[in-house]
Amino acid sequence: MKAYMSVCKLRFINGLQYRSAALAGMATQLFFGFVFIMIFVAFYSRSTVPAPMPLPSLVAYVWLQQAFLSFIMLWFRDNEIFQLITGGNIAYELCRPCGIYQFWFAKLLAQRLSSAVLRCLPILLVAFLLPEPYKMGLPPSPAALALFAITLLLGLLVIVAISMLIYISVFWTMSPAGSMLMFSVIGEFFAGMVIPVPLMPGWLQNVAYALPFRWTADFPFRVYSGQIPQAEALWGILVQLLWLAALIGVGRWSLHKALRHVVIQGG
Amino acid sequence: MRLYFKYLSILFRSQMQYRASFWLLTCGQFFSPFVMFAGVYFMFERFGQLRGWSFYEVALCFAVIQMAFSLSECFARGFDAFSGLVAGGDFDRLLVRPRSTALQVLGSKFEFTRFGRLLQSIIVLVWALTNLPVAWNAAKAVTLVMMVASGVLIFTGIYMLAATLCFWTIQGLEVANIFTDGGREMAQYPLNIYQKWVTVFFTFIIPFGCANYLPLLYILDKADGHEVMYMLAPFAGALFLLPCLLVWQIGVRHYRSTGS
Repeated sequence: MKAYMSVCKLRFINGLQYRSAALAGMATQLFFGFVFIMIFVAFYSRSTVPAPMPLPSLVAYVWLQQAFLSFIMLWFRDNEIFQLITGGNIAYELCRPCGIYQFWFAKLLAQRLSSAVLRCLPILLVAFLLPEPYKMGLPPSPAALALFAITLLLGLLVIVAISMLIYISVFWTMSPAGSMLMFSVIGEFFAGMVIPVPLMPGWLQNVAYALPFRWTADFPFRVYSGQIPQAEALWGILVQLLWLAALIGVGRWSLHKALRHVVIQGG
Repeated sequence: MRLYFKYLSILFRSQMQYRASFWLLTCGQFFSPFVMFAGVYFMFERFGQLRGWSFYEVALCFAVIQMAFSLSECFARGFDAFSGLVAGGDFDRLLVRPRSTALQVLGSKFEFTRFGRLLQSIIVLVWALTNLPVAWNAAKAVTLVMMVASGVLIFTGIYMLAATLCFWTIQGLEVANIFTDGGREMAQYPLNIYQKWVTVFFTFIIPFGCANYLPLLYILDKADGHEVMYMLAPFAGALFLLPCLLVWQIGVRHYRSTGS
């Protein structure tokens, strides 16, 4: 366990070095946040039907999405791992005295964490200071905030477990780009990145609820604005844990299988 | 021009060497604007209208900008990958050849997989056109074609500007994504739904509005007076490329090789 912790820590510090990239990313995300909110405001402004989600919670939803983008994006990828597999250097990884699954998990976790730490605070700060209707509101109660923090972290673990599956699939496909793109487009849609899950039509919401993706983003963000009441949030945490266990189980099993047939790509 | 097509055929043959990956990427490229469009569709299904714009009108707006974006990504990708050329010092080789640098960079890369994205936007365009009650005439058809062309030129101009910055910074700059991806994202809705400053910025500084919003008013008969002005807006958008070319020339003159 200590080894994985230190891998995690090293990667985290490494990730913190890319500050100018983070600055550019922040500018982009602020801009996108603005555009999305303007679009939603325009839709809401003359709407005659009651909206399923009040505008302030929607605004908080959008800003949280932008601030914690690296917790959600599936195409946030580590080319190193792809190259390890397709280039044959996986042989060295196999020689290490630690489990590959845990090792990669720690690595991916740290990358996402460092990227989010660099970006989220400035974006949130700006979002809190903006004038209405762009201003991001505070959560309704301290309990909601605490639950948000827990669900967000669990969501992070879930997304890392999902992305592990993508990496493991490279053992069979050998070409990451295509399958990765399909996977991430579909996954991000069902995580509520294109339109928030409550705004989807009913049948599509049911699909989204049946998939693991919404537990990574949609769920914590709605807990934040109190859209999901606390009792329900506690049940949600249980579901998150179940998904996490299932995804890790499948991941470890398929990695185990992949490694038994692993072909070292020479070069 | 012949040289450019020569570049294209070489690149096409090289990309077709990886067939499976090529088709998967093309499919993926088809799907990513597809879910975007699904988002627009579901929003309209729930809210019915958007500040007086109907779904098919917005779909037309969406199709034009997506089409322009995918075409420009196809053809002008070379500028997007330009930082690699500068950082590696490979730009020196282009300079000693007796052809224009802009043309050579343009031909250095070509993403055929973007046809997936193009196909999707063509489908949306046809769908929107068949459902819109527009009295078509020659002038409107020409305007529509001009809108796409003007959009391509604007995106190309932005790519060029971003590439020019590489002469000074050596690295690629992600900030340019605000104007390419961000511009695409916002121009897929009619510009007048945004705040005033956004509309002004994207009409007069980076003229996306000239490429789809203003001429769209003409096509949909929403323009009040000055129809010719709205019709000619795409040309104004195309003018954006001129200062970009100029800046590019200045950049090339300032170029210092990294020597590696």
